[in-house]
Formats: sequence, structure tokens, C-alpha cells
Amino acid sequence: MRVLVTGLNHKTAPVEVREKLAFDGPGLEEGLNSFLQLPEVKGAMILSTCNRVEMYAHVSNPERAVDSVKAFLSEFHSIDPGDLENSLYFYADRDAIRHVFRVASSLDSMVVGEPQILGQLKNAFEFALSKGATGILLNRLMKKAISVAKRVRTETRIAENAVSISYAAVELTKKIFTDLSEKRFMLLGAGEMAELAVRHLIKSGVKDVSVVNRTYERGVELAREFCGRAVRFEDFIKELVNTDIIICSTGAPSYILHKSDMQMIMKGRKNRAVFIIDISVPRNIDPEINDIDNVYLYDVDDLQGIVDSNIMGREKEAERAEGIIEEELEKFLKWQTSLDSVPTIVALRNRAEEIKQAELEKLMNRLEGVDEKQRKAIEYTVSAVVNKLIHPPTVALKEDSEDRDVLIAMIKRLYGIGENNGSK
Amino acid sequence: MVILFELALTFYFAATIVGVVELFRGSRATTRIMLALAAIGFILHTANIVLSALSGHMPVTNMHEASSFFSWCIVLLFFYVEYRYRIGLLGSFIMPIVFVLMLSSSILPREITPVSPMLQSSWLGVHTALAFLGDAAFAMAAGIGVMYLVQEHFVKTKRLGSLFQRLPSLQILDEVSYKLITLGFPLLTLAIITGALWAESAWGSYWRWDPKEVWSLITWFIYALVLHVRLTAGWRGKKAAILSILGFSIVLFTFFGVNLLLKGVHSFVR
Repeated sequence: MRVLVTGLNHKTAPVEVREKLAFDGPGLEEGLNSFLQLPEVKGAMILSTCNRVEMYAHVSNPERAVDSVKAFLSEFHSIDPGDLENSLYFYADRDAIRHVFRVASSLDSMVVGEPQILGQLKNAFEFALSKGATGILLNRLMKKAISVAKRVRTETRIAENAVSISYAAVELTKKIFTDLSEKRFMLLGAGEMAELAVRHLIKSGVKDVSVVNRTYERGVELAREFCGRAVRFEDFIKELVNTDIIICSTGAPSYILHKSDMQMIMKGRKNRAVFIIDISVPRNIDPEINDIDNVYLYDVDDLQGIVDSNIMGREKEAERAEGIIEEELEKFLKWQTSLDSVPTIVALRNRAEEIKQAELEKLMNRLEGVDEKQRKAIEYTVSAVVNKLIHPPTVALKEDSEDRDVLIAMIKRLYGIGENNGSK
Repeated sequence: MVILFELALTFYFAATIVGVVELFRGSRATTRIMLALAAIGFILHTANIVLSALSGHMPVTNMHEASSFFSWCIVLLFFYVEYRYRIGLLGSFIMPIVFVLMLSSSILPREITPVSPMLQSSWLGVHTALAFLGDAAFAMAAGIGVMYLVQEHFVKTKRLGSLFQRLPSLQILDEVSYKLITLGFPLLTLAIITGALWAESAWGSYWRWDPKEVWSLITWFIYALVLHVRLTAGWRGKKAAILSILGFSIVLFTFFGVNLLLKGVHSFVR
């Protein structure tokens, strides 16, 4: 009952290698089937995302299985095994379990704490489960990994704060306004980061989008993309009276919105709050605007500062998460040990043997004139009875069932064997 | 039942402590504990007030009872707002107000002086219930006003720590605080009107420029101003929050200051 993890991720392999090794679409089912065909592999699961490919296997001897998994990978994807040598990592037993917990909890992710990986792991597990590929050990391991990930998420703040500028902008917007669907939004200019932020805002509920561009045609084009409307550059200040959220990213060399403009606008708005994000460099909006009541102006450095401190916060939380993982790892290993039925089978046999010997001795002392042949016959019969009686529990103990740990405990109790009285 | 009051006070104290802890390291668990403690305190407190009422008088006839009833109204509104709007950390800002009022109640004179027969009428219940519910709404508005100022400070100065993360959005704080004032204002208005009607039936004149009447009128003007400047000049957000805190300090003075420092027909001890 041992776990072997073979894989590669964004840290060990460049995207060219990762994409070659990916199991996607029909390839996943085919791959899982062939993986399970390997003689060493008793249970299998494949996790394949854009950042990692990992093969989880239940094996009896990880050292031996490693080579066949490696050979399988290069054969299945027709890659020269030499090319894989430096990209692959292998973990067995304790390290493998820890690795699975860390992956599920998003500690091994490119952006630590990102939430997608848990969903991807769940899907991979459900897929393998539906194909009957996993088996008792991987079932328990994956269920545990999912619950560990949930524990990490609720007990630490690892996934709490935004770690990209566009997300940070959206998070801030939500701390100023409640219902974004009733807010009016304006994109001033264009640019990759700004457009990404617009998309996040739309996903968070923003419906009313207007786009301002010096080139009106470009504005119309962008507006169509966001289901918004284009506003001519000359009119944008007028439009601001009705605008609650502004993202500014123009190439203007100087300020296009001054404090006096904004004071006028605020009067027109009856001081309803405005959130302005100026990600243009050089800045396009007079920073003094932030001094006006109910106007909140953030520039790209402010947002970067938030992102940096969030990343630092995540790293600190990641340390706490590692602690939780170690704790859960010990619990899992304990369960795994309790799953080992060999000592119980041995103890059961010993117990039976002890009783048999003791009772035979008593009988022999009472009976007189028993010759060797008769004694053999008696011993044979007694042995047969004992063996027949302990045969079904032994078989049950050897079976791969989900509740084997319960069964072991039960048998120990029924036969009066266990840590304390097993050696009696 | 003195023991019920003391127990309620203890539970409110515990809720306040958990509420303060929540400011620094909050989680879903601390919120639940805080709410549970406040709820137990509220049940005990309700039992205390109901028992006093059953013993034959409206439980607002001495400063101890009045302060306790005032706190009770705040907790009642607190639970309403908590379940209606789910404002994070609300309890951390409201429970301390409740606790301080309850603590004041516990040290204020408790002897029950019989209400003079002249004032024995159902007006007593109606007038005081309206006044205290209105004041409770103002207390909540002020508590939320403090939350607004804290959160506004974080957003403005770009210091976005963990408290910022857990406080709700500026907009919801501003809106709920405003709603509470629009609830408290008509209640206060009705309390003043019923007070005048009662005074007419008891003493024969509607208005006697008693200190409490004067200060209630000042309170009324302050909140009328809060609502007026919001609608006309757009004093929302920070200015509205400051005004709501100012308004509540006048409420507190009208309640404690007038009763303890100035003498008038509303004083409990003559």
C-alpha cells in the first residue's frame, strides 16, 4: 500500500515540455487506461492542467514502479526519455502524500493560493473514480487532500487577497460600492491591463460601460467588445457627472483631469462617491484629486503596492498552511498504518495457535494411553477446526475494502487481540 | 429579577470582548460566538424587562431601567440590521455601545419611585417606547458612522490591512446609516408629539421648555439637518457619518446629562 507521484510542473519544465506531456480530451481516458495497465500500478489517477502533469499511482514498490512510469510517459507521448530526465520529479510514500496535499491546497501553484487547482484536482479524481481506476488508497488520499485544501482555505488567509493589479482594482471597487450592477463605468483610453480590469469588473456585475478614446473609431470598436457605448473624447468630462468608476489608461503626456474639473463634477453628482483608477504612466489624472471628499484615486503604484503586500501576506499564510499539512500528513500516515492488515493476521494466527497448543496439552494430560498415531489424528482435527474458523476473517482482512481499518479494529476486539493483550 | 439583568450584562460584556478580538483577528467562528453571546444576553435581558413590566409598571421609571431599556432597543435593532444586511464587524462597533449603556444602567439608582398619579396613563408606554426606539436607531447610525470613518480612512490613505478586508463597503455603511436615521427621525418626531399630547393631558400645556424638551428639540433639529443637507447639498459619506456621531452624542446628553445634571419634569429623582 504505497503511493507514488510522478510529474512535472511550471517549476521543473518549460511550457513546450508540459504541453507535450499533457493528457487532454480523449487522451486522458486512453492515458489513464494504459497507465493502469502497468503491472506495478494497482490504482491510478492523472492530473493534467496547463501548469502541471502528475501521475498518481498506488503501487507496492515505488522504486521499481518509477522506471515503468517514466517509460510509459515517454512511450505514450512519443518523447525521448532523455528529454524528460530533468523535468520529472518523483515522490514516494510520505513525500508523495505531502505533495498531493500541497498541490490541492495551492501551495505548489505558480500563484500561491489560486483557487482553480482544487477544482481541477476534484475533476481529475472524479474522472478516475468514474473509470474505477483509483482504488481504496487513492480514494482516501484524494478525499483527504480535498478536505485538507478546504481546511487550509478556511483557517488561513492564503486565498484572500488579490495578487494581480486588475484584480486588486476590482477588490477595491467592491470595498467602495456594494452593487456594481447599478454603477456606471468608464474606460478612458485602452491597454491590456485596463481591458483585463474591465473584464473582471463586468464579471463582478458592472453593466453600464462607456468607452472614451482619442480616436473615436477605436472607442467604438472597444465599446462593442464590452457591450458598452463610445463617448467622444471632448465629451468625457461632461459624462463623468454620471460615472462612478473610471479606469484611465491613455497615452497622454500630462494630466487630462484636473482638481478643479473634479470639484465641479462632484457638485453635479451631489457628492456621490467616485473611484478612479489611473494606470497610465505618466499619470493622466491629477493626484490631488484624491483630496476631494468621496473621490478615491489610485494610481498604478498604489495598486502594485497592494499586490506586493498581498503576495507577502500569502507567503506568510503559506507557512501556516504548511503546518496544517504536516499535521494532516501525520493523521493520514496513521490511518495508512492502521490499514496494514498483516500484523493483525499474524496476531490472529498466533492467538489461534496459542489456544490450540494450550488446549491440546490439557487434553493430552487427561488422556492416557494415546499412541503417536492417535495423537497426530487429534492434532490434525484440532488444527483443521482452528484453521477453518480463522480462514474467513483472514480472507476478509486481505480484501481491499474501503472499511478495512474498521474491520481490523473489529477483529482485534472480537478475538481479544490488540496492542495490549496480543502477546498474552 | 436582578440576577437576569446582571447575567445579561455579563453576556453583553463577553460579546463586546469577542467583538473587539474580532477586529484584530476575526473569522467566521468569532462572529458566530459574538452573535451567540449577544443573543443569550438579549434573551435574558428581555426576560428581565418582561418580568419588570409584569410587576405592574412600564420599566422606564428610573434611570437604571431607562438605560437598560435603551440598551435593549439597540440590541433589538442590531439583530434586525445584522440579519437584514449582514454587515461584517457590526457587532464589534455596536456591542461596546450596548455594554457601556448597560454598565451605566447597573450603577445608576435602582429604587423604584412610584409614578405620580398625574402621569399614570398609557401615554407613558407609547411616549417612552417611541423615544427609545428612535434613540436606538440613532445609536446604530452612529456606530455604523464610526465604521464608515474607519473604512473611509483606510481607502483614502491606501492602507489596506486586514481590518480593511473585513469591514464592509463604504456604500453599504453609508446607506444603512442613512436608513437608520430615516427610521429614527419619525420615531423621535412622534415621541415629541406624544410627549406634548401627554403633557397637555397631564399638566394642561403642550410645551413647557423643560430641559429635556429643549434638548430633544435640539436633537430633532440636528437629525433634520442631517437629512436635509444630504438631500440638498449631497452631504453623504464622511460628513454624514460625522453628523450622525454628533447627533448621537446629543442624544446621550439629552438622556444622561439632562437627567443627572439639569432638573425638570423628566427627572426621575426630585
